[in-house]
Amino acid sequence: MVIWCLAIIVALMIGTYVLAVGRATKLRAAGAQTLNSLPAYHGLLAGSIVLIGGLLVAGVSLFMPSGPAWVAPAAVAVVGTALGGLALQRIIPALRARRSFETIVLAVLILSSVVAVLTTVGIFASVVFESIIFFKQVNIFGFLFGTNWAPTGSPPGFGFLPLLVGTILITTIAISVATPLGLLSAIYMAEYATQGTRRIIKPVLEILAGIPTVVLGFFAALTVAPLIRNSGEAIGLTVSSESALAAGLVMGMMIVPLISSLSDDIINAVPQSLRDGSYAMGATKSETIKRVVLPAALPGIVSAIMLAISRAVGETMIVVMAAGLAANLSINPLAAVSTITVQIATLLVGDQEFDSPKTLSAFALGLVLFFFTLILNYIALRIVQRYRQAYD
Amino acid sequence: MIELTQSTGNSFLAKRYSSERRFKIYGALALIITTLFLFFLLFDIVSKGWPAFFEHHAKLEVLVDPAKVSAQEPKAGEYTAMVKAAMQERFPDVTERAAKKVLNSVLSQGAADDLRDLVVKDPSLIGKTVKLDALMSDQSDLYYKGLVSSDNAALLDSVKTKLNVSQAVSWRFFSNSDSREPELAGLWGAFVGSILTVSLALGLGLPLGVAAAIYLEQFAPKNRWTDLIEVNINNLAAVPSIIFGLLGLAMFLNVFGLPRSAPVVGGLVIALLVLPTIIIAARAALKVVPPSIKEAALGVGASHQQAIFHHVLPLALPGIMTGTILGLARAFGETAPLLMIGMVAFIADTPQGFTDAATVLPVQIYLWSDLPELAFQSKTAGAIIVLITVLFSLNAVAIYLRRRFERRW
Repeated sequence: MVIWCLAIIVALMIGTYVLAVGRATKLRAAGAQTLNSLPAYHGLLAGSIVLIGGLLVAGVSLFMPSGPAWVAPAAVAVVGTALGGLALQRIIPALRARRSFETIVLAVLILSSVVAVLTTVGIFASVVFESIIFFKQVNIFGFLFGTNWAPTGSPPGFGFLPLLVGTILITTIAISVATPLGLLSAIYMAEYATQGTRRIIKPVLEILAGIPTVVLGFFAALTVAPLIRNSGEAIGLTVSSESALAAGLVMGMMIVPLISSLSDDIINAVPQSLRDGSYAMGATKSETIKRVVLPAALPGIVSAIMLAISRAVGETMIVVMAAGLAANLSINPLAAVSTITVQIATLLVGDQEFDSPKTLSAFALGLVLFFFTLILNYIALRIVQRYRQAYD
Repeated sequence: MIELTQSTGNSFLAKRYSSERRFKIYGALALIITTLFLFFLLFDIVSKGWPAFFEHHAKLEVLVDPAKVSAQEPKAGEYTAMVKAAMQERFPDVTERAAKKVLNSVLSQGAADDLRDLVVKDPSLIGKTVKLDALMSDQSDLYYKGLVSSDNAALLDSVKTKLNVSQAVSWRFFSNSDSREPELAGLWGAFVGSILTVSLALGLGLPLGVAAAIYLEQFAPKNRWTDLIEVNINNLAAVPSIIFGLLGLAMFLNVFGLPRSAPVVGGLVIALLVLPTIIIAARAALKVVPPSIKEAALGVGASHQQAIFHHVLPLALPGIMTGTILGLARAFGETAPLLMIGMVAFIADTPQGFTDAATVLPVQIYLWSDLPELAFQSKTAGAIIVLITVLFSLNAVAIYLRRRFERRW
């Protein structure tokens, strides 16, 4: 039915456009009065009125699913024709068609930019409302400070600490892999690499950044995890087959391109005069980088790392596939831990009952995750902004 | 004042130079590690996934028994029994019950399905003997590929020589939809689901994103409201994708009552997900068009909108397209939010429209990676190769566009 509605709207819109252009051209040919707008604008105005009216009617009648299926297309056809006819009637030389059409376009542009705000509001509303229902059933302090996470157990446990610790553990591993690699890569790219090296390395980093996380998850679970377990057992350690280390390592490699491209931009933004000053004092290149460039770029680098943290905390597929489901309270990187995102994903896959705390707890976790990443991003962006202003 | 003699000066300098060299090596090392990781990853996936593109066939002559199928209803025939009978005939020395069972598991159910398709297409085959390219089961296929050892190695070897088993490209892997049998499972259903989802996401996200970018870059007054929108878009770009899944579940499924597992919801969620990416890319593309072009248009009497839609936007279009294609690549690879809205079910039918239950390529990869059969592990890697090929081609198009149309002002 949606397809039919859209087809009718498009057909009416084109028809109205052609008729309106023809009518306006005829008016101009009659030559009694000069047209205020070009004929094409008369066409666009009439067509856009049909389009907007048709879409509104289609939206309303599709969301009221009463009556037979042909109601929506029929309503669209009737209203669209009526609006089109009305718009055609109104075409006179004095009509300021361009003005009116541009007002409509501006309104559409403004509405489009509001969609992003609405998305945030929608996300906020959906996690907050379900979380409120959840916290009516489960004590909020029991959630925040409990140490037992077993939403499907009897009695169910909704202590969030094991997940927090697991998330922090995996994020720490990822960041301690990604920061040195990403930062050193960025320094090398920005300060040492020749054009040729850059041309080879840039695509490598871009390809790595473009690899879907489900692929990295598969790699972590089937290649890296067994590798770590075998080498760990060879030196006499007990390693879980779903160790935090495997997930963290691969996640770290995922973040390297993010850190390196952000840091690359930041290092390039440090004014050349600072470097030249340092060279003039007799410093070597690495001394200049370590004592002048990096301190100047530090706020930007810190914010890059914060963005990387927020990315690691929110990453889902790698941990779903490579980390565990059982929420153990452990800081041993060789043990299996679970994370916030793993629990959200596993709680909401399959049957969902929106009255049971098991399903609702996923939204409470989502709320925590949303706020955590929001705060990190906000601070990081603020730092970047302030830093940019300093050198502009 | 420290007085430096010639010798201490030299050793001091040597120390500084060696520290310089060390630092440079660290940087190069970081790049080498990252590159090696990427190559190891790709090599590992390709070597695991390559066998998924091939399958083994046995040349088997099957009698289409008129007693087991009627010409009126060729679809309802007992083709599995015919294939079994043909196998018994070729291997008369297998008489034990247990051994017969093993013999029957050498071929795939797909062999009987192929026979059925042949007979349905041409009912005159009934009563004749058909030369069938019989598909082997996943276990025998893995054995012939040398990936597993088998308890029935002797039998499988004799099947190989007697029935002239050969390897061929597995077109089934591309043309079939999902199946419980690894040798029959294919990617077509997931691929169609991906196309539906991503095209809807692009159809919504691109116009919205470009319109929002034009407004923010060219029309928006500098005030608090505009600032709020900007901060909001930057934050939205960094919200974890799984949160968008929660939005889809709570809003699109529960409040608006859209169907579960359907590409329409997946497309909506992914459209919102890539919207900030497209807005940011489009704004960057609009920003580099020099203001003189707009001013020239205004100077000869164009309205503000005419200046932008007739002159600035066309010049910014290549940049917008590049950003959009990169957003498209992200949309193709996105998995987590689609798990929330139920696009994670086992779906054996190819979706016909936006409201049919469907899954997408990355989710198919996730589903297969979870299955215990060894054959699915190679199928998973094979599916990854397909997905990555699609993404690389998209990226290549983006890079081509950038090179072809990039203008320095």
